[in-house]
Amino acid sequence: MSANIKRHRTGLGGIAFAVIRPVMSLIDIPLRALQRATGQGGMASFFILPNMAVFTIFVLIPFAINFVYSMTGGIEIFLNQRDFVGAEHYRDIFTCGSYLDPASCRRDGFWTAAQNTTLFVILQVTLLIIVSLITALILNRQIIGRSFWRAMFFFPVLLSPVVVGLIWRWILQRDGLLNFVLLEAFGAEQFNWLTDRTAAFAATIGVSIWAHMGFYTLILLAGLQAIPKDLYEAAEMDGTSKSRVFRRITLPLLMPNLIVVLVLALIKAVQVFDEVYVLTGGGPGTSTMYLVQYIYEKGFASELRNPGLAAAASIIMGAVLVVLTLMQMAASRRNEKKGER
Amino acid sequence: MNCKALFAAAGLALLSASTALAGDVRIMWYSDGNEGEVLKDLISRFSKDNPDINVIVDEVAYSVIKEQLPVQLAAGNGPDIARVTDIKNLAQYWLDLTPYLSDPVSWVKNYEDQADWMRLDGSPAITGFMTQITLTGGFANKTLFEQAGVPLPGPGATWSDWVEASKKVAESQQLPYAFAIDRSGHRIAGPAISYGAGFIGPKGLPNEVDDGMKAFIADFVKWNNEGLHAKDVWVSAAGTTYRPAADDFINAQVPFYYSGSWQVANLATKIDDAFDWVATGSPCGQAACTGMPGGAAVVAMKDTKNPKEVARVMEYLASTPVAKEFAERTLFLPANKEVIAGGLNFQTDSQTVKDVLNTFVQASSTTAVEALKLPAWKYAGSYYGALVSRVSQVIAGELTLDDGYARINSDMAEKVKEAQ
Repeated sequence: MSANIKRHRTGLGGIAFAVIRPVMSLIDIPLRALQRATGQGGMASFFILPNMAVFTIFVLIPFAINFVYSMTGGIEIFLNQRDFVGAEHYRDIFTCGSYLDPASCRRDGFWTAAQNTTLFVILQVTLLIIVSLITALILNRQIIGRSFWRAMFFFPVLLSPVVVGLIWRWILQRDGLLNFVLLEAFGAEQFNWLTDRTAAFAATIGVSIWAHMGFYTLILLAGLQAIPKDLYEAAEMDGTSKSRVFRRITLPLLMPNLIVVLVLALIKAVQVFDEVYVLTGGGPGTSTMYLVQYIYEKGFASELRNPGLAAAASIIMGAVLVVLTLMQMAASRRNEKKGER
Repeated sequence: MNCKALFAAAGLALLSASTALAGDVRIMWYSDGNEGEVLKDLISRFSKDNPDINVIVDEVAYSVIKEQLPVQLAAGNGPDIARVTDIKNLAQYWLDLTPYLSDPVSWVKNYEDQADWMRLDGSPAITGFMTQITLTGGFANKTLFEQAGVPLPGPGATWSDWVEASKKVAESQQLPYAFAIDRSGHRIAGPAISYGAGFIGPKGLPNEVDDGMKAFIADFVKWNNEGLHAKDVWVSAAGTTYRPAADDFINAQVPFYYSGSWQVANLATKIDDAFDWVATGSPCGQAACTGMPGGAAVVAMKDTKNPKEVARVMEYLASTPVAKEFAERTLFLPANKEVIAGGLNFQTDSQTVKDVLNTFVQASSTTAVEALKLPAWKYAGSYYGALVSRVSQVIAGELTLDDGYARINSDMAEKVKEAQ
């Protein structure tokens, strides 16, 4: 410590220290007075106040405004120009013959988007975790060019979602790269990947996995590298099969990381929008229109725009995200308790 | 002393900055062809003669005008002037220029025919002027028709005739599709009226989907399902997103393309001499052979902080010599009556372009009465939106035809309820 201080007192560090020290001494006077008056608890509140102010201004207040907005009608933007309609938008959304049949709902677009999102989340998250785990397991081995492959798999994460969407659009469109390759290599007929409902839906899942798997692979790779090597050596000496090692050692010890990946991927999947919007525009028809796009279209883009309905839809989606976040917190706590034991 | 000088300089800088802001006129502009270049050229001349006004031209994509501008206007954050196509629907945001114009009488004389398209029902306000009058219509790739040995359908040919002829060309020339129509409700409004559709019902409220509308939508869906129409244009997006099919025609992927007169400069530039092409007018249905009139207007915004400066810029752009030059250089059909009366010398050496423009002028004589009413009808934009989103869903197989019609009706009923 004293060596550090001595180092600070020479050269540039010394100059900075000489400038900062009187300033800090000045700040110290009111802070000490505050601590005497409020105690440690008061000081804690004082230090988190700036963060809470930012959170209140940019999250809580907009959330409250959005909630009030969802109770109003008309196409005006300013709240004071809008008519109060109570829970009408929520009633509209939940007026359905059957929630599984969007066509029977008054707001068919919302339920189509909700169904698409649910299916997308289930398939994308499952496949994303499997692919990320396999990739992490491979990248954790002593393979040739390991650093290169790690960088390669992480590279799409660095791309803007719009760029991701455009690249894959050029690949998958009618006169795109994929059809060109299939035609040249196999003489196959052109296939409209983005106008076939199933193919387009699969494309949005595939592209989304391609774009995000690098991030989750990295989390899982960190988890794999944290598993003590001696456990594997002991298992090898006992002649345990590789699949058993994976099930009994790797998977249980990787579980905390897998839970983090699962919850983060779930939340991200519910919010899917940008790359899909550029790739398919929500088409064909509405088969790749997910909730965020529905909210965007209803709120801003459509000639039939209805900002109140968009606000109500976003409140419902927010509620789903809150449930997912609570699940994450519960899972984290359970893991912490297991760790303590 | 030094500090005083510094403060004085800062004060002067602030003053000059605020003075510049006071004279700023911001124009939001989209282009189909070369009109952005022409506008900037015209504005640079205006700026030389009017150094007290700082005109800033923001060139944006059409989607920005269509999707973002309405939200900006509702929030009071729009530009001072904009070139728009949703003219009637947003009329509440346009500035009445009358008190600021030096010669409102000439303005009214030259632009009165389309004045109702861009002002609230019953209002006498002067809100802007049409940069061009457009008419929807078809374009045919003459070279492909000749190579296939298929004669171009003549005047009076129906939609079925055109689709059948284009199908033969596509089969002969191994093209992916026979024809394409832009993804836009406005674009299929003309064909639907030709089939007998009526949009405007009693008391100016939207009609429920009638037999004429049903007949066209059913045919259009059938052509998509049979692979005759370029399906990816209409199902490539959800909602009301606009998608032009011009590139398919330019790349000779379809022998017949239904769009409108605003595409002429774009097609002329990009096709150049790659193939011969002609305008065909609008194919006929049982009731008419109509295209949809329309166009883009330059309008001033009610929320502008500089209405006098805005009016000076608007008056310059709407003046007869400037409107004439703009039309001649952009190959647009003008709205200014004096310009029309004086004749135009379109700046092109291409006989094709001259013929195409003549075809559109001739086609305007067959425009149906219902089509002429739509640009000034306040529900037109919403109806186009309902049409494009629901018809796309039917084409994609998500809705049956009957469900699609019912959804168009309910979308419009909701819009009427909101308006009342």
